[in-house]
Amino acid sequence: MFDAIQIDQLWKFYGDYAAVRDFTLSVPEDACCALIGRNGAGKTTLLRVLAGLSRFDRGTVRLFGEPPRKQTTRRQIGFLGHGIGVYEDLTARENLYFFARIAGLKTNSSLIDSSLERVGLARVSGMPVRQFSRGMHQRLALARAFLHSPKILVLDEPFTALDDHAIAALTELLHEARKAGATILISTHQLREALTIASHVALIENGRLRFSGERTPEMLEDPALLYRMNLE
Amino acid sequence: MRSLLQALSIARKDLTVELRTKESLNAAIAFSVVMLLLFSFAFDPAADVTREIAAGLLWIVFAFSGALIFNRAFVRELPNDCLDVLLSSPISPASLLLGKAAAIFVLLLFLEAISLVVFGVFYNLRWWLRPIELALVCILASWGISILGAVFGALTVNLRLRELMLPVIIYPILIPLLIAAVELTDTLFRNQPLSPDQLLWGRLLVVFDVVFTALALALAEAILVN
Repeated sequence: MFDAIQIDQLWKFYGDYAAVRDFTLSVPEDACCALIGRNGAGKTTLLRVLAGLSRFDRGTVRLFGEPPRKQTTRRQIGFLGHGIGVYEDLTARENLYFFARIAGLKTNSSLIDSSLERVGLARVSGMPVRQFSRGMHQRLALARAFLHSPKILVLDEPFTALDDHAIAALTELLHEARKAGATILISTHQLREALTIASHVALIENGRLRFSGERTPEMLEDPALLYRMNLE
Repeated sequence: MRSLLQALSIARKDLTVELRTKESLNAAIAFSVVMLLLFSFAFDPAADVTREIAAGLLWIVFAFSGALIFNRAFVRELPNDCLDVLLSSPISPASLLLGKAAAIFVLLLFLEAISLVVFGVFYNLRWWLRPIELALVCILASWGISILGAVFGALTVNLRLRELMLPVIIYPILIPLLIAAVELTDTLFRNQPLSPDQLLWGRLLVVFDVVFTALALALAEAILVN
């Protein structure tokens, strides 16, 4: 039985600079792993490798035992990067229809309606995305990432630009996804929100894994504990 | 079959966005009309020499105005990192390239149709005498331009000087295709049947399309991913 995410001795270079160094991490199926680290630690690079967007130089990466670029693997990934990945000149509904077709889903309006409903955008589904606020963009991006019920969710800073309601809605979405059996890897600076959902934690610093393990109640009480543990 | 449907989705999305924004189509049509207008003043439209160069002139206009269309194909995916989302989705890179090329192809044909009408007015030339053969030449040559435009649009999408680099890279490769298109169009403008020698140019167009389409699809993963 494979772990959902298996990274083994991964190295990724940009020129001479090693953005990820000898990184090894396993995330079991159904787990939610919060990937924590300061700016420039290598979180985004790691998530891009997992999403199949960036080639790596050494090591192995497996998602359910398969390489990330394999088409069957990509079918199982829901990716939300720094960019929200939606088209400004299409409406919210058209965006979701488009991504549903790309994902090979049968595009029926109930799927799109329920996706828009879940992120609170049903009312503005016919509005061009260009007219959306930053938070509405982010919510549409979440609807897009969750649309095909992926088995692995790779989320880079998903709480960015969300207000309290939207954060609560996202947390609910992530809980639902976990209940449905999804494995989640989430990178964020909002430690408290991430640790609330997370079952596991990984701390990355200068491209190296400094800590990985289950999230403890102490971490939830004092989110900065991880950084202090690392310093000590 | 699924790959083809995905390619069609990409093409449909690109055409929808283009029809709403008209960001490349307006520029390409304006550029094409201005070029044709300027050349009509540079040469006497009634003179034989103008008839002689008409086909070459037309394909230069198509190729240069077309650059404004294929330049935008992948640039459109940059805002909001949409290209990343497409590449991490189940769509194959080959379908993505094919869809992009299909959208460029439709826009190019539209541009060519408008340019031909303007050309007929300014140059007093009856280009419609052999419409089916001319349409075939336009289709074959436009597909070659489209697939190369999509490939090199993808390769240069992250370059800072992409608007400059793309034409510099693509035109030398398009030379055989453009020569074949000019030769065939010239004969059709004279309302002459295509001789076996000239059919060789037609075969060149077909071979060009097949070879570059096959190469593009085979190398799509390497072209698009990182």
